[in-house]
Amino acid sequence: MGKVLTIIDGKEIEVERDRWALDVAREMGISIPTLCHHPALQPYGACRLCVVEVTKGKGNWLAASCDLPIREGLSIRTNTPEVIKSRKMAIELLWARAPEAECIRKLARELGVEKPRFNLRDDLGKCILCGLCVRVCNELIGVSALSFTMRGDERKVRTPFDRASDSCIGCNACVAVCPTGHVVSVDRDAVRYLETWKTKLDMVRCEVCGRAYMSVKEFEYIRAKLGEQTFLEKVCPICRRLQTASRLEGVATNKENIECAVNWHPAHKVGSST
Amino acid sequence: MKHKKVDEIIDKYDGEKSWLVMILQDVQQEYHYLPASALERTASRLGISLSQVYNVATFYSSFSLTKRGKHLIRICDGTACHLRRSSNIRDEIKRHLGIEVGQTTADKKFTFEAVACLGTCALAPVMTVDHEYHGSMTPDKVRRTLEQYK
Amino acid sequence: MVKLTSPDQLVSYREKLQAARKQDKPCVAICGGTGCRANRGLEVARTFRNILKKKLLGEKVDVRITGCHGFCERGPLVVLLPGGTLYVSVTPDDVEEIVTASIEGDSIVERLTYQMPGTKKRVSRELDIPFYANQQRLVLAKSGKIDPTSIDDYIVVGGYASLAEAITAMEPDEIIRWVEKSGLRGRGGAGFPTGRKWRACRQARGYPKYVLCNGDEGDPGAFMDRSIMEGNPHSVLEGMAIGAYAIGADQGYIYVRHEYPLAVENLRIAIDQAQEYGLLGDNILGSDFSFNIRISRGAGAFVCGESTALMASIEGFSGEPRAKHIHTSEKGIFGKPTTLNNVETWANVPVIIDKGWQWFAGIGSENSKGTKVFSLVGKVKNTGLVEVPMGTTLRHVIYDIGGGVADNRKFKAVQTGGPSGGCLPADELDLPVDFERLTEAGSMMGSGGMIVMDDRTCMVEVARYFTKFLTKESCGKCTACREGLLRMDELLEKITCGRGCAEDVELLEEVGVYVQTNSMCGLGKTAANPTLSTLKYFKDEYISHVVERRCPAGVCKELTTFRIDGAKCRACGKCIKSCPVEAITGEKKVAHIISQDRCIKCGACREVCPFDAVVAP
Repeated sequence: MGKVLTIIDGKEIEVERDRWALDVAREMGISIPTLCHHPALQPYGACRLCVVEVTKGKGNWLAASCDLPIREGLSIRTNTPEVIKSRKMAIELLWARAPEAECIRKLARELGVEKPRFNLRDDLGKCILCGLCVRVCNELIGVSALSFTMRGDERKVRTPFDRASDSCIGCNACVAVCPTGHVVSVDRDAVRYLETWKTKLDMVRCEVCGRAYMSVKEFEYIRAKLGEQTFLEKVCPICRRLQTASRLEGVATNKENIECAVNWHPAHKVGSST
Repeated sequence: MKHKKVDEIIDKYDGEKSWLVMILQDVQQEYHYLPASALERTASRLGISLSQVYNVATFYSSFSLTKRGKHLIRICDGTACHLRRSSNIRDEIKRHLGIEVGQTTADKKFTFEAVACLGTCALAPVMTVDHEYHGSMTPDKVRRTLEQYK
Repeated sequence: MVKLTSPDQLVSYREKLQAARKQDKPCVAICGGTGCRANRGLEVARTFRNILKKKLLGEKVDVRITGCHGFCERGPLVVLLPGGTLYVSVTPDDVEEIVTASIEGDSIVERLTYQMPGTKKRVSRELDIPFYANQQRLVLAKSGKIDPTSIDDYIVVGGYASLAEAITAMEPDEIIRWVEKSGLRGRGGAGFPTGRKWRACRQARGYPKYVLCNGDEGDPGAFMDRSIMEGNPHSVLEGMAIGAYAIGADQGYIYVRHEYPLAVENLRIAIDQAQEYGLLGDNILGSDFSFNIRISRGAGAFVCGESTALMASIEGFSGEPRAKHIHTSEKGIFGKPTTLNNVETWANVPVIIDKGWQWFAGIGSENSKGTKVFSLVGKVKNTGLVEVPMGTTLRHVIYDIGGGVADNRKFKAVQTGGPSGGCLPADELDLPVDFERLTEAGSMMGSGGMIVMDDRTCMVEVARYFTKFLTKESCGKCTACREGLLRMDELLEKITCGRGCAEDVELLEEVGVYVQTNSMCGLGKTAANPTLSTLKYFKDEYISHVVERRCPAGVCKELTTFRIDGAKCRACGKCIKSCPVEAITGEKKVAHIISQDRCIKCGACREVCPFDAVVAP
């Protein structure tokens, strides 16, 4: 691709052409807030928190750094008064949209916003339409159970017809990536309730400890990906680690490492049966 | 619901998923709205997710996912019509039929929609009933025109 | 079955047609544009056919349904060719008289001719009427003369000669240089130099390449593209074919908004005919150049007028734009190099090839060459389609061609550029119609919608109208446009409903500037223009709304009270008849009174009062 020269916050550097400005800036140690960005997904440019001031030739404008490709002659400044003002307005608008979202309030205070000057909405939950749930389900998981619907002020993330989804596999990726906690999922009595999407899925129980640890559909999905003939054990991650640990017991030289690996999750200690 | 008509439409476009918008338009022309089963069939035949079809079906304002009334009333809400007080026409229709824009009367006789511009600005304010144009509308004319369809 | 396999064959075919058609054969050209059709235009045409047949003149006189003539205010329009007599507001009942007087006989039916305002003089020739005389119709030249569903009509007046010339006598690079030197800029709104766009696409790597036509025309009040697509579809096809040849594309799409069914139909007929004649499709005119065009319909989304959203729509997705750091000339539709131009832009291309780039560059202003078609609508006397050289002043368009403000009311503002444009006050009437000048003044050229507003238009309400429109049309992806416009709409609602304060006006401006500088796409970036331009030029009206709690124009219902001025009232009773809620009482010779309890502030009484006795103090 070739390298190009660019100036970020006054510092000249040489980078691979078409790299995203946000990534390059962060590598330089520059702090830029983001909400709709995720390293595992294509940049989306929706939240507008990551805006920076761009100069090229005589042109000067604001652009989202997450989907700004570095090209020859581009000069970027990440913390001008214009940029700060813009980020404040973006977070103020999002605060007014989702006043219950604590992370938004926190980020707002960090950016210097006392309180929003707009009417607070109370009908939209904590969703800020960052699209991470839609994008992860589409791009990474490949199930496409969710999509944006409608447009403008009525834009909303939904399952088709707002009904329980037939495609959802209950992997909870959408829960994991949601920055505000709007997307919620609860496991109860071997059923996974993806409450936000009105979807409930039966879960698989671990043959060793009996805990429900994954939805049946996700299990089948993974098996299908690996090949229908693959024998996939119904063993939960904790028990699997315990199994692995016991197998290594005889040959391992460092017992501490095994314990670390087994006790990786604070909620699950060796010997626990939940 | 039989898939025959939907399949015929999709075949007309060679089952090519890039024609999704036109396919949905033809389906809507056939059924006067977009039935859920038609959307499901379309997704399946085109090899795309139902969520993508649903996204497209709800994004564009000409699509309706609910059954429409016998007569479709549209007022033009374009700038020229707006300046010539199309809002009065809207209010009169509202008063006369008891429904808001986007709604259908309880007896399923009328569906009321607003369009951004019909392109007949010299006749502002304009209203169409079943694609028949009625120009230079006044609140009084609204009453008389709707009587014809009742 | 005609199949032309060489430019020479096209020439001889044209000559054959010209010989077969007697140049002076009488023809009744009836406007078949959507506007006149909505006004019984087709019925008029049918009546002509029937009566001529009855009088055994069916063979001697052609009846031709043409595209939009442009003088929409006076439709249905009938032009008698070759003389050029224009009859206005023709009803089916008038046809018999016209046939007897002007076709069988040699006289004019005075009452159906255009009457000059002021002098009341009757003008019977189309070209003598100021509305037409003051225009320079290049793109619209053929619209009112040819039957858009007849490719022969287009060929006989010189159609496809430019395409033949381009693909046989010119190199692609030469064509691009001509377009560059002509100074043609996009007619869809942004005014990007067309030649530069074509060159970038030609240089881009990728196959196949695409040429697209933007026929979405989402601006309310704009119908220039509609009339070109309906009235002269071949001009668009020819332009696209020349462009495709120059760029190295062999695929094309025309994206037409679905609200234009007649345009879709006429384009489809034109494409079929052109393919049949060998002017589109494989090996055009027997050359190596192949080019296929397909029609894609919109489904009701203003944002699909934006280039990347339009492409997404053709690809089968919703119209969500993307950032254009990577130009669509590099990676456009289906990820391939794409050239998207507006309908009017394409229609200019055959004209440039035919008349030469120097001729084209000789029209217009320094940075804006050629002509521009405007749809002149609103509170103007002559609503219609107007084509003038760039650089013409707004005053000339609105007054000399448009006839001035309707009902002789006071001019207040002209809005150009649709929802992406701004409102300009009377002080700016001498501004020339020019890309840079309009943008500097706070508006923009836009696609050509030109909306005239009078003293009974509330500029704050206009800002609210456009903002509300954009709130619903925004794709909703980015925070700036979606949330920004939503809050601007809330503030404008507050202000127009009488609940606003001075801080709201300040916040409104702050959010407007934010939306303008932070939005991802063109829709968002221009969405604040109506609000910011009215704040710039009509601040006093905003102040009236929030400080005095009064709407000076008498539009905002909560801030308006209609009263009848007893001194002016002549008790004619017109207002009583017009009131939809029977709020006005009064007998003959007694000044009428409006009951404030019943009054719904619709303003109908004020519209009908001949004595200006209804006031909103």
